Amino acid sequence: MTDTAWIDAALTSARPQAVGALLRYFRNLDTAEEAFQNACLRALKSWPQNGPPRDPAAWLIMVGRNAAIDEVRRSHKQEALPEDVAISDLDDAEEEIAERLDGSHYRDDILRLLFICCHPDLPATQQIALALRIVSGLSVKQIARAFLVTEPAMEQRITRAKAKVASAGVAFETPGAVERSERLAAVAAMIYLIFNEGYSASGETCEIRMPLCEEAIRLARLLLRLFQSEPEIMGLTALLLLQHSRAPARFDTNGELVLLEDQDRTLWNEKLINEGQALIDKAMRHRRSGPYQVQAAIAALHSHATKPENTDWAQIDLLYGTLEIMQPSPVITLNRAVAASKVRGPEAALQMIEPLGERLSNYFHYFGVRGAFLMQLGRNEEARVAFDRAIALANTSAEAAHIRMHLDRLIRDSQGAAAAKNKK
Amino acid sequence: MLYAILCYHDEDLVGSWTREHDANVMSKLIVVQDKLKKEGRLGPVARLLPTTAATTLRKDDPPLVLDGPYAETKEQLLGFYIIDCENLDAAVDVARELGAANPGGAYEIRPVGFYEPGAGAK
Repeated sequence: MTDTAWIDAALTSARPQAVGALLRYFRNLDTAEEAFQNACLRALKSWPQNGPPRDPAAWLIMVGRNAAIDEVRRSHKQEALPEDVAISDLDDAEEEIAERLDGSHYRDDILRLLFICCHPDLPATQQIALALRIVSGLSVKQIARAFLVTEPAMEQRITRAKAKVASAGVAFETPGAVERSERLAAVAAMIYLIFNEGYSASGETCEIRMPLCEEAIRLARLLLRLFQSEPEIMGLTALLLLQHSRAPARFDTNGELVLLEDQDRTLWNEKLINEGQALIDKAMRHRRSGPYQVQAAIAALHSHATKPENTDWAQIDLLYGTLEIMQPSPVITLNRAVAASKVRGPEAALQMIEPLGERLSNYFHYFGVRGAFLMQLGRNEEARVAFDRAIALANTSAEAAHIRMHLDRLIRDSQGAAAAKNKK
Repeated sequence: MLYAILCYHDEDLVGSWTREHDANVMSKLIVVQDKLKKEGRLGPVARLLPTTAATTLRKDDPPLVLDGPYAETKEQLLGFYIIDCENLDAAVDVARELGAANPGGAYEIRPVGFYEPGAGAK
């Protein structure tokens, strides 16, 4: 490994803990970030010569803190301080600070750092941008690219988000159990948002945005390391791993989305599937189910089917039923109906989605699914109407193309029927 | 003598590797493994899933099942090798070679007391 690659990985992995601790000292996000940047610059100078410190995070926290304090003194007294006096004799000091950084402290530091990024006043896009900048340490340029906006626009978005966070104020005392679990839930939701930003990409943007999925998985694993016994965090991590395991099969050579039933399942990443399954197994032992665990269990059932026809739809139907109770939403009912159609037939499935028509009247998938059920029932004219509506609502050309395929089949079928009639 | 080489590394750090870097390290390690295999000295090799996937059974009375790895340490047990070596020096040499392919972290070298090669579980 080259020196810089090693240092980059070490700085990235130490970042959440180091910035989190510096934020606790300075109670100001900008100061904490600047202090961390300063520490990184010194690390780039010192580590290649002196070798890696035993605890990179502790080293960065101490050096960053000293550098920031120097900065304050310098600006107050208008006089330069000797550059390296503050960080001499690092080894002893490092040991001392490492002892003070006991596990519980840094756990709350990292959670706080993640939590301020998902302040309820921030719209989702700002939450994600802030987290990627502050916790993951991506550059504004990288984030702008992932969000397909210009760098100045992203810079502005992040600055605005930071200002809002600063004025909102965040509690710095150690959180109580209730508050900690609220923070955990908010952070989990934000990590899922980051993942979905990458997961929903298609076409040309796919390659640029896919790393967001990997970053979300890294954050989920980090959170799980800190909260080892939280079944919902196990569920979240499992869900991300299982969804991401299909990444190599989700797009064709033109970058168009390939539907689950058409994917080449041999391309699925078995290692990620195994890790996801292991986490679900652990979570289930706690008997404290939750939406992430249920969704992960559904994803796992798909992962276990080596062929689409081997899918355990009955179990998936049941799990969606559970999810419907936990998180009532027409989209979940729609998903459940797809599973139900495989188990109980299209008539029953159609009945399930009839009441959703009003709430999903502008939802592409509703009409796609409805059209498919009607087609299976031989109600071709109604199916055609639904498919036409779906095409009008399609978000991507791939979605439209998929529906057009159904329409073509309807036309072929009706022509076939007409031809058969003529023969008689 | 059989030796176990236990692979310890900072899991957060290994988790921060890019996919390319990870693949690069694995392919370098496989070169060393292939050499040992040809010499008939390589036993089972395992890379373990992250410690977040670990569960620990404390053999108290009654036994207690806990989430997470046995020890909360700065570096985690991430995998192991079983190798056949003349003596400790030879085992250290193998560890050195593996270390050159994958720098950072530490290898713990432990003589194996009981060895059951098993039925070749895949």
